Amino acid sequence: MSSGPALTAIVVTVVVTVLVGAYGNRLSRTPSDFYVASRAVSPGLNASAIGGEYLSAASFLGIAGLVLANGVDMLWYPVGYTVGYLFLLVLVAAPLRRSGAFTIPDFAEGRLQSRRVRAAATTLVVVIGWLYLIPQMQGAGLTLRAVVGAPTWVGVLAVGMVVLLAVAGGGMRSITLVQAFQYWLKLFAISIPLFFLVVAWRADGSPELLAEPPPQFAETTTVEMSSEAVLVVEQSVRVVVDGTLDGESIAGVAVLSPGEVDVAAGTTLVFPAGAEVPGVDGRAPLSGSEWAYPLSNGQSEPLYRVYSLMIALFFGTMGLPHVLVRFYTNPDGRAARRTALTVLGLVGLFYLAPPVYGILGRIYTPELVLTGRSDAVVLTLPAAMVPGVGGQLLGAVVAAGAFAAFLSTSSGLVVSVAGVLSQDVLPRWRLSARRTFQVATTLAVGVPVLLALAGQNLGVANMVGLAFAVAASSFCPLLLLGIWWRRLTPTGALAGLVIGGGLAAGAVLVTILVGPSSGWTGALLAQPAAWSMPLAFLTMVVVSLLTAREVPPGVRRIMVRLHTPESLDLDRGSNLTGRGGH
Amino acid sequence: MTQPERPRRVVVSRQVAPSTSKPGDGGGRDIDEQTSLGESYMRSLVRTQLRLALAVLALVNIPLVMLPLVFSLDSGIGELTIGSVPLPWLLLGIAVYPLLVLAGWRYVRQAERNEAEFERIVSRR
Repeated sequence: MSSGPALTAIVVTVVVTVLVGAYGNRLSRTPSDFYVASRAVSPGLNASAIGGEYLSAASFLGIAGLVLANGVDMLWYPVGYTVGYLFLLVLVAAPLRRSGAFTIPDFAEGRLQSRRVRAAATTLVVVIGWLYLIPQMQGAGLTLRAVVGAPTWVGVLAVGMVVLLAVAGGGMRSITLVQAFQYWLKLFAISIPLFFLVVAWRADGSPELLAEPPPQFAETTTVEMSSEAVLVVEQSVRVVVDGTLDGESIAGVAVLSPGEVDVAAGTTLVFPAGAEVPGVDGRAPLSGSEWAYPLSNGQSEPLYRVYSLMIALFFGTMGLPHVLVRFYTNPDGRAARRTALTVLGLVGLFYLAPPVYGILGRIYTPELVLTGRSDAVVLTLPAAMVPGVGGQLLGAVVAAGAFAAFLSTSSGLVVSVAGVLSQDVLPRWRLSARRTFQVATTLAVGVPVLLALAGQNLGVANMVGLAFAVAASSFCPLLLLGIWWRRLTPTGALAGLVIGGGLAAGAVLVTILVGPSSGWTGALLAQPAAWSMPLAFLTMVVVSLLTAREVPPGVRRIMVRLHTPESLDLDRGSNLTGRGGH
Repeated sequence: MTQPERPRRVVVSRQVAPSTSKPGDGGGRDIDEQTSLGESYMRSLVRTQLRLALAVLALVNIPLVMLPLVFSLDSGIGELTIGSVPLPWLLLGIAVYPLLVLAGWRYVRQAERNEAEFERIVSRR
């Protein structure tokens, strides 16, 4: 693929983002400037900004990749990301804005008057933030690889550096306008090329989208295996091999006969046009109906996986560290609700597009599934379907959109993680304020970069799903019970955070480090939310009831603050900001 | 999603309520001083809003949660097609999004009404 236009588009996206971020930083220095300035921000603009930060690499690349590889069940991802916003809207948006809390640790400490709960919440912000950052970095590596053929680590390091510069130099989050712009850029970058792709599909004679036979290579295709894989061949095929098959080093023509074949990392295989694309990871290639109809894509315990995913995404959104802080930019609780409603519309609008890339990808770029790079389908489809300069330009547009997705989500997350690190963790090192911020930002970026380089690439949307699972099992019960239930106690909250968050994070860690396993164990570990979320709720409620004497004395006043409209002149106590840092 | 009962402190004469209550106003003072009346105002507000939230979530989620189960029952519903597009793709790819926005819109409208009602009750005593 010729890389000129795409690389240019990426560089322009990055430079514009960093420059506007740095410029805007001069305008607003502190959270309260940010807040005051926000009174002039309309709910529409504010909602675009929230949508811009929310639509990450998982939305832009991951959904299409999952649909390409696994079919219709994967549509629960975009549906879940959107339903999560409905949960956020009806259960927490207005009360959280009224709480005056700027971060989840602030809310935890202010609501429960406990530094221990704050410390647990701080740890979880860092864990969830890092988990969410890893796939953003991996997505960037994948994008640069697909666009310019650079090794994956180049993209990971590059986006890490850019985010570090952008955050250290600007604190991009303060710039509502940048984030709002990123939303519209992403919507444009995913929908305009799609229009041309559908035209190209029609010009191609409208090949059947849900054809029954498994996908075939559209033309002679060279496949380079990035990691070791077990291919499942159903029809024997003559391929040109350079590398290792079943432990045997081969350079030349080989016949793959039906059955499993073990392919070493770095092996290249040249398949002839019209050959059936083999299955991968020990799964036979999916026929059209297995791919197009629910619960038949060959993953173990599909029904459990779908329900657990629904729980993670529905309940997890409200607990993401970079989501809450944006609601502070609304002038009052009523505006927070209206903003959340607009976000629901904007996010839903975006999600109409990515699955179509996955569907077209099954016809035009099925080899991506084979190499474990199905997340690249949005990036590679334009050049595969539209010949010449047109395809290159469309490819440049989607590459720019993908980078907008990494940058906006990553910087939002890095600011959140660096914020809690510099406020709660680093002060004990007694560094200067400037140095503290630098160290915090470096840690916030550096750790996920290292993990992205070392860990398994489980697919962008899948990894993000894991971060949602931890959030659903920790912050979701904390926020819901904290807002709607007076009898929550500090010990109850702490127990729930430790048990729910700890077990979910543990399951996720095993999945990342060891890789997905099979059967029920695999399903329970890869999708922990279905058991860890109810467990967290149960723990918080039971332990709170056992420690009923600890209910904080000011809870009635806090309920007035959380639930009454601001237009009533009532005694609301003070903002829930913990130790008054803001 | 009907309006639940409010605490019964009904004043029959329909006085014009001030747009915002001032310190020392009846209901507002009850809430500030945490009298049992103020507490019942607060409990009623929280309960009304929670009930509304749960009703909206139930309305959206009961059908959503049923979907995978229905698909799994081998009923053929997962394989239905409408104009050559399978039903699950239509439902999960397109139809859910406007329905979610509609549910959110209904929620916002009703939540604001509940708050206006609360304001009216608190400030007119």
